[in-house]
This record gives sequence, structure tokens and C-alpha cells, in this order.
Amino acid sequence: MLTRELHSVVGAEPVGPYTLLRLERGGTHPGIPGQFFMLEAPGRLLPRPMSLCLAPAGELAFLIDPIGPGTRALCALEPGGEIGVLGPLGNGYDLSVQRPLLVGGGIGIAPLPYLSERLGRPRALLGFRTEWHAEAAALVPNAEVCIEPTLVTELLPDDPGDVLACGPEPMLEVLRALVPGAQLAWEARMACGYGACYGCVVEVAGHYERLCLSGPVLREAS
Amino acid sequence: MSRGIPGGALLLNASGCLDALAAPEVARSLDAFVTKTITPEPREGNPPPRIAEVEGGMLNSIGLQGPGIDRFLVETLPRLRELGIPIWVSVGGFSAREYAETCARLDGDAVAAIELNLSCPNVEEAPETAAEIVAACRERTGKPLFAKLSPATWDIGETARAVESAGADGLSLVNTLRGLALEERALRPRLGGGVGGYSGPPLKPVALACVHACARVATLPIVAMGGVMTGRDALDLIAAGASAVALGTVLFPDPGAPARIRAELEAGAAAFGFAEPLLARGVASKPPSEGGGA
Repeated sequence: MLTRELHSVVGAEPVGPYTLLRLERGGTHPGIPGQFFMLEAPGRLLPRPMSLCLAPAGELAFLIDPIGPGTRALCALEPGGEIGVLGPLGNGYDLSVQRPLLVGGGIGIAPLPYLSERLGRPRALLGFRTEWHAEAAALVPNAEVCIEPTLVTELLPDDPGDVLACGPEPMLEVLRALVPGAQLAWEARMACGYGACYGCVVEVAGHYERLCLSGPVLREAS
Repeated sequence: MSRGIPGGALLLNASGCLDALAAPEVARSLDAFVTKTITPEPREGNPPPRIAEVEGGMLNSIGLQGPGIDRFLVETLPRLRELGIPIWVSVGGFSAREYAETCARLDGDAVAAIELNLSCPNVEEAPETAAEIVAACRERTGKPLFAKLSPATWDIGETARAVESAGADGLSLVNTLRGLALEERALRPRLGGGVGGYSGPPLKPVALACVHACARVATLPIVAMGGVMTGRDALDLIAAGASAVALGTVLFPDPGAPARIRAELEAGAAAFGFAEPLLARGVASKPPSEGGGA
């Protein structure tokens, strides 16, 4: 059912420049890693799409980069506050992989902690803009970290195995070219998250498709 | 042709604000489902970004993405019909002939009504007037025809009278207003298509004025939309003269909005002494003594 539920804020903790927003889970299913939730941004008309970062007992946790009015409002939430949450939505990662390698860049590491937990803490490669941003790497077990100007795609081994990635578009474009069959989680502005607004389209095989329904994890042809 | 809302629908969605196949339970919580605008040919729509939240509301620049009438009839309409609720098809085009030919192909009994999108802010307009397009469609279809008008006109009542004379069965008021937003850091348009349609709460007073103006000069039933977030917003539009209300932007943050707004509307009407919401229709135009209730 598509029902927006109210969730209480457990905490909002800084992780480098980001904020880990922890909500009471209630009866909401955490979903598959890579799926996302629409979070009500206090004072804003539209909710913001966020992939689940961690699913500790009784909680849902989201890693948020305060880059605009909506994300800043989410990061400013305090314990005891309440927001509407819709989800889980979209298609997550296919977890039936033999040799997982997680690849993340910047705030794109957001879904990787939950993904790592579900896959048994596989090796991860993470790239960040600064040491401060790289503090978020502590959320991902078994991670090798690089800081710009070194790019995370330069750390890829010759035989990367089953790549599951999330990060900025240039990073995903490089992975798309280098790693056939990679599972890549993309990002788009969304108004609704459930196929109503047609706002979040990305080009797939020459046509615009709604990322909220077709993705956010898209598997590249292998 | 009957002078009412087909099927007595009270709550609908605004065209382009819901995909009934992606969210059937949301569609079923409405009295009728209005499709995204169907054009003669398939359209990819405008390049992203397509959404921008702005002061009080949002801009969209979707650009009538859709499968075209051929695929719509074969692939989409049969599946919509299975939902078991009345289907209104929104029709778009780039000339009166295109509108009329698309209408002619919607004569099957799966279609409860046709809404002519005469006012998309994100694509080029047909060269003919709204009344000329309605007249061309009227010749080709016996379905109830609702003309969806733009609020961006000085005298919308005149347009309402003209489409009524041309054979429309109802009015859909209003479409979005054209708006522009710039990037905070770059002073460049935030939307891939440049401008977009402005919707959300700031549109409500505009919609109210348009409904009020049209209800005074035309006898056509009105489906009102524009910034409806609560049952009170819906009641206001009915009091201004609407016979039905469509939900648009509110569906994006809250897919449960139809049930909530329906309950709020009934409670709100009752608080004014109206046993049902439509008994409040037009009271905003009556002398205070006839206004009813508190």
C-alpha cells in the first residue's frame, strides 16, 4: 500500500559534513538495499527521496547531505520531531551476486552500509572530495578510501567481480563503460516517488523512463 | 447532453498528476481517473531536470510525455478499464484537426469523458482558439467534452462562454501558470525545458477567481483544480461554483490525499450546515443571507 506514515525522530547526528537521520521504524519494512523512501521535509511542499542507509533494530537511518532547503530542514530535525515517510519504493540491488564489490562516491555511499550488512560485509571502494567528507567511510565496513584528486574508479581491480555502486553521475558513467553488468544506483529529482509526476526520468536505451519505477538501481547490459 | 459531471464524480485527479497503472489503489480512491494527456504521436517529453520546488509551490516541465493515441488504445486503455472506475481521457494536440481526430478514436465505452487540454504551459499551442478546437472535436465525438482552460487570461469568462457555445459539456479550471526558476549558484534556468507549469497552494486563489468568474457567465459544470491541499480548499472551490474538484500537486507528497480530503470536505461542509458538499455550490456568489450555515 502507498501510505505515508508518521515516524518519530530518534536522532540526527553529524557524520563529516553529512547528517545521519535516525527515525523510529514502526511497522515500516526497511526494504531491499538501494530502495528509497520519500521523507517529508519540514516546511517544504515536496518530500525528498533518500535511500536507506542503515536498518538498526527498530530504526530506519538515512545519510543526508544538506545541499538545499529540503535537505537542510531534514538535517535540522531533532529527537521527538515527526515526519511523514513513504516507502520503501523502487527497485533495489539484486543481492544474488557471487563476488560483490561495493563502489561509492561522496553522498552516494548512502545505501552502501545497509547493502554491506545484507551482503556479509564485502570489500568496498569509496571516494570523497575531502578528508572531512571521508569521515562517512566509517559507516561502511572493509572500505578502502581515496580522496580527490584520486578517483575511486582508479582503485578498481582488473577483475572487479560483481560491482554494486552508487555515486555521482561521472563515476557511474565510468563504471558503466568499464564494468558490464554493474548494478548502478542513479539519482534524480522526484516529486512523488511512485510514478505519478514523471519528473524523475533518465534516458534508458534511448527513451525517458521514470527512475522511481525502473530504478533507482539499473543493471547495465553485460 | 446532460448538464452535470459524468457519473456524478466529486473527486478526480488533475491530468498528469497520477499514473493509475503504477498506483491503482490511489486511483480507486477517486471517483474518476483522468489520464495524462494523450497526443496523436508518441512524445518523449522535455529533458530533465523536470521538477523544481519554488516559493510555496513547484514547477514542472514534463512536456506531455506519452505513448501516443495508437499505443494508448492498445496497451493502456484496456488496463485502465480493468480498474473499474470511470476513465476520463485528457487529449492534447498541435492543431484543431489533431484534437478532433484523437477524440474520434475514443468513442468506445471504456471512456467516460474527454478533457481537452487547451492550455499546457510546456508545449507550443495550437493556432486555433479554444472554441474552435472544441467545435472541431464536438463534430467528431458524442462523449462529454470538458475544456481545460488556462488561468493566464484577462477574461476567462469570455473563453468559457465561447467554448460553451462551441459545444463543450463542461469546464476544467485551471491548468498551471507558466513560471521560471533560476539556479541559486548559476542564474540559469533550473528546468531542462526552461519554463514550467507553476502549481501548488499559490494557485488556489487564482483557481478560485477563475471558477467564480466562469460560474457567473456560463452554465457548464466545472471541475475545479489548483492548489487543493485540504478539504477546506475543495469546499472553497465548490462554494465558488465548482461541481467537482481535482487533486494535483497534493498527490505527490501524499498518495493518501483523496481519502483525507474527502473526509475533510464532508466534515467541512457539515460544519457550515450542508448535508453534502455540493449543496454549498455557488454560495460564494449569493447574498450573505443565502450563504448557508455559520
